Amino acid sequence: MKKIDKNRLILGLAAPVLAIVAALAITSIIIGVTGKDPFHAYQVMVEFGSKADSQVWIINKATPYYLSALAVAVGFRMNLFNIGVDGQYRIAAFFAAVVGGALTLPGIIEIPVIIIVAMAVGALWAGIAGLLKTSRGVNEVISTIMLNAIGASVIGYFLQDGRLAKKEGNLIHTPYLPDSAHFFEIPTQTKPIYGFVVIAALAGVAYWFLLNRTRFGFDLRTVGQSETAAQASGVSVKRMVVTSMLISGALAGLVGMPTLLGVSYNYGTDFPTGIGFTGIAIALLGRNNPVGMALAALLWGFLERTGTQLEFEGYAQEIVGVIQGVIVLCVVIAYELVRRYGLKAQQRKVGEELAAQARKSDKAEVSA
Amino acid sequence: MELAGITKRFPGVVANHDIHLTVRRGTVHALCGENGAGKSTLMKILYGMQKPDEGTITLDGEQVTLHSPADAIARGIGMVHQHFMLADNLTVLENVVLGAEKLHGIGGKARAKIKEISDAYGLGVRPDVLVEDLGVADRQRVEILKVLYRGARTLILDEPTAVLVPQEVDALFDNLRELKSEGLTVIFISHKLGEVLSVADDITVIRRGTTVGTAIPSRTTPKQLAELMVGEELPSPETRESTVTDIPMLTVEGLHLSATDSDGVVRAVLDGITFTIHKGEVLGLAGVEGNGQAELVEAIMGMRSPDAGTVTLDGEDITKAPTRKRREDGIGYIPEDRHRHGLLLEAPLWENRILGHVTERPNSKRGLIDTKAARADTERIVREFDVRTPGIEVTAASLSGGNQQKLIVGREMSHLPKLLIAAHPTRGVDVGAQAQIWDQIREARHEGLAVLLISADLDELIGLSDTLRVMFRGRLVADADPATITPEELGSAMTGAAGGHLEHHEKGTKGEKGEKGSGGKPKPPERGASSEPRKAGTSPKAKKPGNTNRNKSKKNKKKRRR
Repeated sequence: MKKIDKNRLILGLAAPVLAIVAALAITSIIIGVTGKDPFHAYQVMVEFGSKADSQVWIINKATPYYLSALAVAVGFRMNLFNIGVDGQYRIAAFFAAVVGGALTLPGIIEIPVIIIVAMAVGALWAGIAGLLKTSRGVNEVISTIMLNAIGASVIGYFLQDGRLAKKEGNLIHTPYLPDSAHFFEIPTQTKPIYGFVVIAALAGVAYWFLLNRTRFGFDLRTVGQSETAAQASGVSVKRMVVTSMLISGALAGLVGMPTLLGVSYNYGTDFPTGIGFTGIAIALLGRNNPVGMALAALLWGFLERTGTQLEFEGYAQEIVGVIQGVIVLCVVIAYELVRRYGLKAQQRKVGEELAAQARKSDKAEVSA
Repeated sequence: MELAGITKRFPGVVANHDIHLTVRRGTVHALCGENGAGKSTLMKILYGMQKPDEGTITLDGEQVTLHSPADAIARGIGMVHQHFMLADNLTVLENVVLGAEKLHGIGGKARAKIKEISDAYGLGVRPDVLVEDLGVADRQRVEILKVLYRGARTLILDEPTAVLVPQEVDALFDNLRELKSEGLTVIFISHKLGEVLSVADDITVIRRGTTVGTAIPSRTTPKQLAELMVGEELPSPETRESTVTDIPMLTVEGLHLSATDSDGVVRAVLDGITFTIHKGEVLGLAGVEGNGQAELVEAIMGMRSPDAGTVTLDGEDITKAPTRKRREDGIGYIPEDRHRHGLLLEAPLWENRILGHVTERPNSKRGLIDTKAARADTERIVREFDVRTPGIEVTAASLSGGNQQKLIVGREMSHLPKLLIAAHPTRGVDVGAQAQIWDQIREARHEGLAVLLISADLDELIGLSDTLRVMFRGRLVADADPATITPEELGSAMTGAAGGHLEHHEKGTKGEKGEKGSGGKPKPPERGASSEPRKAGTSPKAKKPGNTNRNKSKKNKKKRRR
């Protein structure tokens, strides 16, 4: 058993190492083909990425990415593809900004109210897809991506001067949150880090605990592994679909909070978009593992930060997008290869041990 | 065709060892052996799906190496798999030409060719029907036609009768004789001795991966064949003294369930089902598969909600209770399809131990999973129920079928159920495990467990049950006393030929006392043999036939009817 665990550790490390090596090799070739020196590019990236202000930037960027990945991962763990995290966090952040902007309360109440509104709206928006799936059999991929579009239209309708927003220069945005709603920051030598990174870390711990240590999490994972077995074991699959969509949506509601409570203090036309899709890539990269996703989110931030610097060095900026895509592909392929190899190896091992046992008992029986 | 000295090793297991097989052109050659004896591996070798480690294959005097099924097809060898490989949403014509478009195109020429083959061998295949509208027997004929269309002169049929009802088996055999008379060669894999003897010209018996003998049907009795296949005496499922009490444990009254079939017709899959199982009683439910047994189990488990009727467990009405509540209330469940309903194949054993009992100790405390206690208890189950595994962290998928089943039985028994629903509890399980599972059921019954036993193995059913019921087209049509009933009599009721209370007739219609010789022994499970990776080395004893009885009984029934 000890040995199996050791093998498992090696297998566990094999996939990411394999993926990184393959991704580096492929991107080197691509950069090489464009006539540039790939190793110089890596050197630039490492140097620039390890600067103090870069580190702060990366962490701040990674925080919403991580939350988004958590939201996606909850769905993944039960075989639901919540592609609508993007719409969910935007509509959640919008209404949270509206509510926050309308209220002036002490921070200790104001901030939780904003966060709760965001989570509730996110959950509601995702819950629609859950209900559609259980009541009408609508595939969640279709419904969530449609809800993204609907969400964007809803925001577009309300985000107009005279409705729920006002105009400031070229920008239209919701009223500013009161000062009491500003989330704390962690000061550094350069720029401060968003305090919301703490919430993100807590969300990661909660995610791990919920899925791996609670009955509910066990049920959820059971549905993800085999719906039929889950049903036979007493899990209401339909209720689980709705519940997990609600959780996924609530987590998605947190995605916009670092920005809303830490930078912009309003929801405007310049509010960041597309984080929900980045979350899918990060969840894939981190294999739905809370630590893995944290590393993946940081890697993503690193690539985006250093990509801008590559441009100054004469490299095409798109190279970062290429690297990101190659990494995701390599990781998905590498994990699948390692998983299959692991399963085979395990079956072989079990077969060998049992054959050895059988040979022994066989002899005993023959002589008996 | 000749195979000589074929040996195939899988990691840790020798599946085939020094196999010799000679098949004469224009004959039906039966290959029999227990599940896990290595029949399917041998056929995969012959069909080019596996390469032998040693040995040679000779076709018409020419030594060949088959690298792939395409190679085999090119040499006129075709295989009809046990699990059909047809696309439901395509027509028969489309299924037949799929992948063989080059032969006769996909239009009129192909249709004509199909008609020609169909007429030549009396297959009665209609080219333009959707496959999803066809019954099992028709699908099988389409599979055969598919193989013939590709020019096969040698057909391998892997357990073709497992899915057929007796009449369909006879029709299939007529087709096979037709093929034979046209000079084609058929290799027929089966563990059903009656069938083998009635259709084959030559028989080769495989036991534990090697050929142990050949037989000529006209000079062989089922008993001799059984002895060849089994080689030794085996445990019987017979229970000893009765432990039946008069305290009802499960009462089902007037259960009715309708479902819409593929033609959109609503029909009753369960109709007026009423029965009671008492404490300490095993109620055996006999029936040809697909007559409502699976639906009944699911209705009792709460996985389907019946239109009418009540289910009472230990005095408490659970008709509306969700599955989890029923499980907590003490229903243990050994599902028919363990891969679909009983296990999380890619999860470690200890997580599988939690499955279905997540709310109960030792698996969880106050909503939290107690991994330590669950792991410790898994270790206990592995020990007490003799699950052969290197540890509890391996995935369920890496265990053999028998060990997976032992884990499930251990899990369900660990929660001291009041009622155990055991659907085909020993299907696809090796002999050692089979005896153990029977022991477990007997022991628990002794302690007041009520058991609903569903099995296709009539010997198991008769041997273990205190009461027998027969299910046919969603209704309980007959009951019988297991102490006196014979598999033959039970078999005839299963096809709807008899109803009411089945009395045992000492002399009755069955004149063939001889084959009762193997009665009371377990028989190999019907299906699943070739679909699961089987480790021949892990089943210390071969399995024995027994099916003889059943087949004969169907035959008898037919005789009677004529």
